[in-house]
Amino acid sequence: MRLTLKIWRQQTRSASGKFVTYSVDNVNSDMSMLECLDVLNEQLIENGDDPVAFEHDCREGICGSCGFMINGIAHGPLPATTVCQLTMRHFRDGQELVLEPWRAKAFPLIKDLVVDRRSFDRIIAAGGYISVSTGSAPDGNAILVPKESADRAMDAAACIGCGACVAACPNASAALFTGAKIAHLGILPQGKPERDIRAIRMVTQMNAEGFGGCTNIGECIGVCPKEIPLEVIAAMNRDYFRGSWRERDNVVTTLRPFTEWSTGSKLKVDPHSGN
Amino acid sequence: MSATLVSVRESRPARFWDSTNGQKIVMGITGAILFVFVIAHLLGNLQVFLGPEALNAYGRFLRGVPEILWIVRIVLLAAVILHIWSSIKLGRRKLRARPIGYSRKENIASTYASRTMYWSGPIILAFVIYHLLHLTAGIVHPGFDFVEGDVYHNVVASFQVWYVSAWYIFSMVLLGFHVRHGAWSMFQSVGINHARHTSILKNAAAVVAVLLVLGYVSIPLGILLGLVK
Ligand code: SF4
Ligand code: FES
Repeated sequence: MRLTLKIWRQQTRSASGKFVTYSVDNVNSDMSMLECLDVLNEQLIENGDDPVAFEHDCREGICGSCGFMINGIAHGPLPATTVCQLTMRHFRDGQELVLEPWRAKAFPLIKDLVVDRRSFDRIIAAGGYISVSTGSAPDGNAILVPKESADRAMDAAACIGCGACVAACPNASAALFTGAKIAHLGILPQGKPERDIRAIRMVTQMNAEGFGGCTNIGECIGVCPKEIPLEVIAAMNRDYFRGSWRERDNVVTTLRPFTEWSTGSKLKVDPHSGN
Repeated sequence: MSATLVSVRESRPARFWDSTNGQKIVMGITGAILFVFVIAHLLGNLQVFLGPEALNAYGRFLRGVPEILWIVRIVLLAAVILHIWSSIKLGRRKLRARPIGYSRKENIASTYASRTMYWSGPIILAFVIYHLLHLTAGIVHPGFDFVEGDVYHNVVASFQVWYVSAWYIFSMVLLGFHVRHGAWSMFQSVGINHARHTSILKNAAAVVAVLLVLGYVSIPLGILLGLVK
């Protein structure tokens, strides 16, 4: 196969970016989108050019590292598929693919197709966990979990934090992601005790990050590789509503969004300088 | 570098009224109030087809107890103001949340109505202001003489002016779009969603929106076509 790739190239966050068109001739239709970029990058490296930066780790659709827009759709045209799992046979020979990074204020660009999604980490850190006491392991069957609750919690827990929901949302809202985390824990009996404060803390952090507000448009569920349902956003709204009504004088703090990187040294080295 | 930044915490984080979720809850609840109003208003207005006595009697009935009339008006006004307030808050957030837009973006899973709420909303507001000046206060009434208390005459005479009817029809179609998204979205905003029932609710919202538009549009159309004189 032969493909034309129009890729967003941007050296650093502060540099100005532009689309550059490449043509890749020997694309195998069984390759994934990322392997297609690998082939392109080999070409670029051989020619002494800067390879295209893209994020990846597992390449089996479970880590959530990869992701960019292909022809205006997050993770490309195939439903419930990350770009690492998207094989090239879904495209036509000679087709032009426009690859663009996620665009959101809360996802500042790092380089080319890579964005900084640490805002998601801070939302998790705000309350996406269950507090447990240390000591010996509790008896596995002491807390009964109905099968249906376990299934629903598992469906919500499938979120891999890829950020496609934010990328596809006309509001650039992180509601599907945050809702998935809140629903995943709130459905289970172990998560119920902290249900109110968890929703308040995670929503407050989400709002501190510069994401837009959810207006129930639903573009997110069309691109989510894990098919998280819109129901989780309602679960978040319900828990937040309930928590806000019932809370007394909880002190809620947020982490300040930061976008710098540690260089591991006290020297003033700019990791974005590009060389 | 990041180690020091991690420990920095905001002192006064945003809470209910400042949160996107709180604003959506306000929008949903006020939207529900306005939704009930547009249904009731339509049912009242359809009495135009029953003739002058019925409609004028209904008009007198509405104004019968001024205290109740004013309570309803104040509730509706508060709902409108809060509805607009939350939409401005969320709209400003939307503008800030994606400073660099996409060169290409496809919509694959959403309705046209849901994506155009920021357009249908302000146009409906402009319509409501015009409508109040037109048929409630009788200040702006192109093409006819406004007669205080003769509701039937005012309605029929005003809609015989084609461009007034066209503006009403256009606005009512947009109201239909607004309701098509809003009527199910308000449940989602306050946290009601169920795998089985929500798809029914979405279809019901579409049906109600179509009926609403047909109902409202039938009045100027009936008058323009001479069915109501
Ligand atoms: S909800 Fe879906 S699209 Fe959003 S981060 Fe999780 S897996 Fe990705
Ligand atoms: S690389 Fe892990 S999900 Fe794509």
